[in-house]
Amino acid sequence: MVEANVQDINADGEALEMMVNMGPQHPSTHGVFRMQLWLDGEKVNRVVPHIGYLHRGSEKLCEGEQYHQVITLFDRLDYISNFNNELVFCRAVEKIMGLEVPERAEYVRVILCELNRVASHLLFVGTFGLDIGAMTPVMLTFRGRERAQALFEAISGARMMHNYFRVGGIKEDLPDNFETMVREVLDLLREDAEEADRLLTYNEVFIARSKGVGVIDADTAMEYGLTGPCLRGCGISYDVRVAEPYSVYDRFDFDVPVGLDGDCWDRYYVRIQEIYQSLSIIEQALRQMSPGPISAMGRRLIRPPKGDVYVRSENPRGEIGVYLVSDGSDKPYRVKVRPPSFCNLSALEELLKNTWVADAVVILGSLDIVLGEVDR
Amino acid sequence: MLGGIKGMMVTIRSTLNGLRRPVTAQYPKQHLPIQARYMGFPALTWDYKIDEPFCTACMVCIRNCPTLCMSATMKDNPLQQEGKSTRKKIVDTFEINLNRCILCGICVEVCNFDAIVMSHEHEMSVYERNGDRVDLEPLLDMGKQFQQDTAWVPPSELAKKSGAKAEEAAATSDSGA
Repeated sequence: MVEANVQDINADGEALEMMVNMGPQHPSTHGVFRMQLWLDGEKVNRVVPHIGYLHRGSEKLCEGEQYHQVITLFDRLDYISNFNNELVFCRAVEKIMGLEVPERAEYVRVILCELNRVASHLLFVGTFGLDIGAMTPVMLTFRGRERAQALFEAISGARMMHNYFRVGGIKEDLPDNFETMVREVLDLLREDAEEADRLLTYNEVFIARSKGVGVIDADTAMEYGLTGPCLRGCGISYDVRVAEPYSVYDRFDFDVPVGLDGDCWDRYYVRIQEIYQSLSIIEQALRQMSPGPISAMGRRLIRPPKGDVYVRSENPRGEIGVYLVSDGSDKPYRVKVRPPSFCNLSALEELLKNTWVADAVVILGSLDIVLGEVDR
Repeated sequence: MLGGIKGMMVTIRSTLNGLRRPVTAQYPKQHLPIQARYMGFPALTWDYKIDEPFCTACMVCIRNCPTLCMSATMKDNPLQQEGKSTRKKIVDTFEINLNRCILCGICVEVCNFDAIVMSHEHEMSVYERNGDRVDLEPLLDMGKQFQQDTAWVPPSELAKKSGAKAEEAAATSDSGA
């Protein structure tokens, strides 16, 4: 798991710098990710991240699949927030075709995406606690996440790889008891989130380990292209749902939580607050939703006109973008994904410079990467 | 000190909860309930009215499968020649490699004959090599089991019924107005 070799020895035979491999099978890298750390004692001098262990060539595979088959590939990009990925691809095709999505379908999409955001952030809160050494929160948050996943299974038929959104709408209408099911899950999710929040947020040990660790200032963060909670943790109020409202997000009243210092604790706390905001969005959407048609396309073959389009939306990890080129056939000519975790990960080198090696795991954990999306 | 007591309370509460009603299902002996919409392995349905499969091996699902996990061949329907069935062609062989299948449900969506369903079958451990490459007979068995378990009605019939209902409702609302 960790192998050390002496990199440089001075005339007296003392080691000056030691290279340590962390990963790719290290549990704290949240996937198959390898960091090469050059250490001076306990201090990290520099780090070289190695990615690509989970590269499956998703973008290339998209070129060989028809539009409705590509959605299954997008499920497998960021496998913690599948609905958000499906949404961005469906929106790209809808934009290039000029499709107007029925209102009910938009509300269903928003509810599912926000639930997915809650589930994803709960997973983060649990594993971030685990990275720091707190064992209990992960039990609570996993329970909450599992409740959300069970709800997704009842709606879409699959726990994770849903394949539920369609170009122009959704696959099938919600089950009859959807509203009671969601309200039940909402209360339980709020309970779980609050309990983890209470246990973790102002815990003395937790603050000592995360406050002032991995600080990045706003300008540097923007230069690196950080988005999502990592950017909002630095105090910049930027959220695609507000900056460029898509779907029906302009009809909801919600705040964009921001941090102050841009350290690990802020990035964590922004996510905790986002859970509550998302729960409030879901409640508003449930109130506003009304019955109606669920698809603008039906079962017609998707054959967009020639052209290209770029669409972005807010993933739990940041801004996900899709650049889609169509040559008029039933398969996309090119699909380029702008993955949030990949861009967030690019700041790792900056974040890890001159920190303690014990903080490396915490800082990496606070970025909340998903390797399926980093490597694609 | 106070924080320690608070933290201990969480532990005690969870312990008591867990003692009162254990949530763990002992898997091979005990199964969790399956959701109605659960998508397990695809299976072929059986038309009990005529006693033949719904599937005519029209290849639509095979062409639309993202992982190319299926194959099929068709034959002339002997029951049609006897005048019992309206299907000219019928499925002769059908093979699905369940290890390749990603359970996306696209085959069910594109099928025009209600011939394929996502069954509730989901256990893929088998004793022999390539045991997950299933052909027509086990597929139909899985389908029959699914039809029995869920009182399955062909979606096209359901759509007809609901369509008639909607028309009726529209007619009554028109007359009411």
